[in-house]
Amino acid sequence: MLSLSDFLIVAAILFGIGMAGIIINRKNIITLLMSVELILLAVNTNFVAFSYYLHNIVGQVFVFFILTVAAAEAAIGLAIMVVLFRRRGTIEVQELDQLKG
Amino acid sequence: MNFTMPVFSVAIPDIFMLCMAAIALLVDVFLPKKKRIITFFIVQATLVITFILTVSQYIHYPSPIITFSGNYILDKLAIILKMFICVVSFFAFAYSREYVNERHIARGEYFILGLFAVLGMMVMASAYSFLSIYLGLELLSLSLYAMVALQKDSVDATEAAMKYFVMGALASGLLLYGISMVYGATGSIQMFEIGNLLVNSTPNQHMIVVLGLGFILAGLLFKFGAVPFHMWVPDVYAGAPTCMTLFIASAPKIAAFGITMRILVEAMPSVQVQWEHMLTVVAVLSMFFGNVLAIAQTNVKRMLAYSSIAHIGYMLLGIIAGPNSAEGYSAAMFYVSTYVIVAAGAFAIISILSKSGKEFEQLNDYRGLNSRNPWLAFMMLLLMFSMAGVPPTVGFFAKLGLLEALVEAHLVWLAALALLFAIIGAYYYLRMVMYMYFEEPLPGASSTPIKLAPDMMIAVSINGVAALLLGLFPSTFIDMCRISLV
Repeated sequence: MLSLSDFLIVAAILFGIGMAGIIINRKNIITLLMSVELILLAVNTNFVAFSYYLHNIVGQVFVFFILTVAAAEAAIGLAIMVVLFRRRGTIEVQELDQLKG
Repeated sequence: MNFTMPVFSVAIPDIFMLCMAAIALLVDVFLPKKKRIITFFIVQATLVITFILTVSQYIHYPSPIITFSGNYILDKLAIILKMFICVVSFFAFAYSREYVNERHIARGEYFILGLFAVLGMMVMASAYSFLSIYLGLELLSLSLYAMVALQKDSVDATEAAMKYFVMGALASGLLLYGISMVYGATGSIQMFEIGNLLVNSTPNQHMIVVLGLGFILAGLLFKFGAVPFHMWVPDVYAGAPTCMTLFIASAPKIAAFGITMRILVEAMPSVQVQWEHMLTVVAVLSMFFGNVLAIAQTNVKRMLAYSSIAHIGYMLLGIIAGPNSAEGYSAAMFYVSTYVIVAAGAFAIISILSKSGKEFEQLNDYRGLNSRNPWLAFMMLLLMFSMAGVPPTVGFFAKLGLLEALVEAHLVWLAALALLFAIIGAYYYLRMVMYMYFEEPLPGASSTPIKLAPDMMIAVSINGVAALLLGLFPSTFIDMCRISLV
């Protein structure tokens, strides 16, 4: 039988990987989008685990909303990326350096 | 489990705005290109009517009402925040019309997305559970990302949109992770219930909630743009189309203040010591880095971005002082709402001076503005004085209120630091004034008088004079902020 803390540790690891993906990654914007999804999935795991062990349905309802919003978020992120690619011809994170000071 | 019907009448302004946004979306599709301006008028009319509906609620609902299964609250704070949000957004869209038109940014979409963003802010103002806070925040953020990217032919704008999107998504992730912790510790996402459950918390619960609080604060401060979560602010402010910068810098700050109050003051008074410590560090760092880095900027939009970071730091001082003084929260609310008016005015002047192809955003562009258009230079002077906190403008009273609250809360050292940073900050605001009044335009730069459309002139005048009049007669405005937080 798995305990609550097992789920929480998995979620924390997923969250950490997502975080590291955003901070360390210098190559590709698509990796950034994937990292964002990973963070949201870690949150979902947390919510479902808590909801199951607390015998409380609210957490699972919250997960439905997060999934929906995450889909909308991914759509907007990809759309912005397409516009960026048309302007710049590249989606490398390192090339995003026009704005600085 | 029995189902109680929600009281729909308390949410009438929000419901009306949602319906009108859907209608505007439909109407816009069927309009020929030349008549797209109708969408703009529908959006503005919606804001005006929503404002009137909100004012009528102010009279009809003297005591707070919690409904929609505890997800929605209508109290004085929510109503007054909504009124501010409607007014500020109305001005932001009015300034945008000309700018959006000249640059061929898809016009209907711009205003419709804007209306959805305002709806998100209205939901945030009334949110009373983490679910409604999250949904309101996302509705606002997603609309803003798309609006920044709408100027598709600009390299800067698309890059700004990408940075804004990634940072915003990261912030939502942090916020949600914190919310899941608090949910795990208490089993509830409703502000009032969390507040009650945490009063007698076990040490274990307490630890998890403090951890969650850290993540939640990180997410909120990301959205506010406070140090150390500020890296997106200068890039987005400088890269976005100026009318969009105006919108980002104004109304969302009010809504973010609203949810911060709900989370910290209504749900988490039991971990007040912890959040006061966290906020103190953030406030001092924001005031320091915001003011110091702003001095080094030559781009006015970037300079105002750093100044907004510093102003968020000041606003946080009010929240820190809040629990131990009578006036702390209302001083913070007064500060943020007056700052928003002033910032909107300053960005509006940049946006109406910009012609397509030539953005009026370098500090050097402002040399000798007084000889080119004295009235506009005078308005900019009032706004800069207000940001610097020079009496008799409104910025002075906002800062004074904060310092009073800090002294009352026995945080004199914090008040002294705030004063010191305000003096550093005055340098770059006054430099701007000096450029406008005592310098000649650079050789080669145009020095012809500047002509403006009359409606822009009126809007800017209202905005600038408001900075002066609210400073001369601040009492009604202060009272409004006070009533909302009783």
